[in-house]
Amino acid sequence: MSRTPDTISTLRDVLARCRTIAVVGLSPQWHRPSYFAAKYMQAHGYRIVPVNPVVAQDGGHILGEPCHASLYEAEQAIARQGGRIDMVDCFRKSADIPPLAEEAVAIGASCLWLQLGVVHEDAAQRAEDAGLQVIQNRCVKIEHARLFGGLGWMGVNTGVITAKRLHQLPY
Amino acid sequence: MADTPSSGADHAYGFGTRAIHAGAQPDPVTGARATPIHQTTSFVFDSAEHASSLFNLQTFGNVYSRISNPTVAVFEERIASLENGRAALACASGMAAQMAALLAILKTGDHIVAASTLYGGTVGQLGVGFARLGIETTFVDPADPANFARAMRPNTRAVYGETIGNPLVNVLDIAAIADVAHAHGVPLVIDNTVASPYLCNPLQFGADIVVHSATKYIGGHGTTMGGVVVEGGKFPWDNGKFPEMVEPSRAYHGVKFYETFGDFGYTMKARMEVNRTFGGVLSPLNAWLLLQGAETLHLRMREHCRNALKVAQFLQGHPKVRWVNYPGLSGSPHHALAQKQFRAVDGVPGASGILTFGIEGGAAAGEKFIDACEFLSHLANIGDAKTLVIHPASTTHRQLSEEELTRAGVGADMVRLSVGIEDIDDILWDIDQALARATA
Repeated sequence: MSRTPDTISTLRDVLARCRTIAVVGLSPQWHRPSYFAAKYMQAHGYRIVPVNPVVAQDGGHILGEPCHASLYEAEQAIARQGGRIDMVDCFRKSADIPPLAEEAVAIGASCLWLQLGVVHEDAAQRAEDAGLQVIQNRCVKIEHARLFGGLGWMGVNTGVITAKRLHQLPY
Repeated sequence: MADTPSSGADHAYGFGTRAIHAGAQPDPVTGARATPIHQTTSFVFDSAEHASSLFNLQTFGNVYSRISNPTVAVFEERIASLENGRAALACASGMAAQMAALLAILKTGDHIVAASTLYGGTVGQLGVGFARLGIETTFVDPADPANFARAMRPNTRAVYGETIGNPLVNVLDIAAIADVAHAHGVPLVIDNTVASPYLCNPLQFGADIVVHSATKYIGGHGTTMGGVVVEGGKFPWDNGKFPEMVEPSRAYHGVKFYETFGDFGYTMKARMEVNRTFGGVLSPLNAWLLLQGAETLHLRMREHCRNALKVAQFLQGHPKVRWVNYPGLSGSPHHALAQKQFRAVDGVPGASGILTFGIEGGAAAGEKFIDACEFLSHLANIGDAKTLVIHPASTTHRQLSEEELTRAGVGADMVRLSVGIEDIDDILWDIDQALARATA
């Protein structure tokens, strides 16, 4: 029954380790929060794998990446290229999370990330029991900027106290 | 997962550690440990794409120092941390900070309910400056929270008060007045200048926004003008009373501040719609000087409180003194609220360094007392490491009529001290010899 600690060291570890992110519910519209977040992560060296059945139907792309109808299809496409999906980042309402959590376990992801306002304790527990780290009710972009630099430039209280120098530039 | 703790929390750093570290990390390029002074107006874009992402607020970064600056940002984050807030915006002065705090949410036709005991400059800004913009303020006696409730109107959009008033040194019941504001769906804005973040965090008592004149205790040495607005991050801006927080911004190409930035959306709105367009920003050099001050805030505030209490007790027993007003005195009508809201220093509520007393002989003796002081500085500021002294009736409040003086609680015999952190024996000596000469 271990739960993922909601700490700076856990988040730092997850964001350092998970380099390929399947974004479930990624919108193609530039002003939507999912697009803001995915664009930011892509610009900071992460591979974004869009999951959006509507856009996938027309063979569409988001942020220059081909869109997939489901996590399974995304996983197979990435596996054919010799890669794997590290993180499943969910921009879906809380009620939609249980089947996504099961899929995240099935495709061998190491982290299930639920965005701001998205919380599902049962699904989180099942994913954690299967060995995944689960982050709930946080934005992947805001946490990256909080821990690796950038958010403080807007006067936000990051909670980070350290005498360690960042080894990447925060932009 | 088996060897990780089943539950965990980040280490909670104390006030002094945050006063020294919050917001500042070694420079990623040079390794400089002290915060560099980024004395630049502008910042290069990597590409047209980077520039458009920055202007769309899709990525965090610096464009122009009227919007954000890395040195100023360290100061902002430090004060946000010391106030246990979510985010902060630095401004050119305390007056600029309260203007930014209020203009971020107010427009012509809106109404403010404010304490009548506010600093005179604030009374002027709200009562005259904002009135010219069509924003009306009702000033109420803050001693009874019901006075705030009675003054609320359908168009009220903010409630405003000071943790400790100046020069009355009255203490506000923050939780009670926050309840009044929240019952009407509007935020409570608190000027926490006199208490400083060390003695009181108004956000913890229900305030939603805190402003400071950093010129005073935060800077602490009387060298530098500055102000700051801190957002608590808990106010529900989508409650229907603040459509400009949730609808696309006309002032910043369609951004929905609350949806996009959530619990720091108010600060982003104040930054992009007020400071960026009205221009009252803090300079990088001033931010750096204020940061130097902030690093010793906890040490200085303890000394200010210790010295002020000793001065208050000394004055209480002095034959040439009619009355003493200091919330740190156990007999003060404000002592209970001080005990509830302020951090203890040496086991008693720390009540900051400002006190007033009445001198035998009234106005004439008051003026003589000021002139007779040897190293107590006669000037119109507070919160300096130096002890400061002023006779309000003949200086800061000179333009007021007898009736206005009475309403402001400023008697002709009132002397105001901002007790510094010099040796207490010397401060008491100077007060004693000046009292003797003034009342001889």
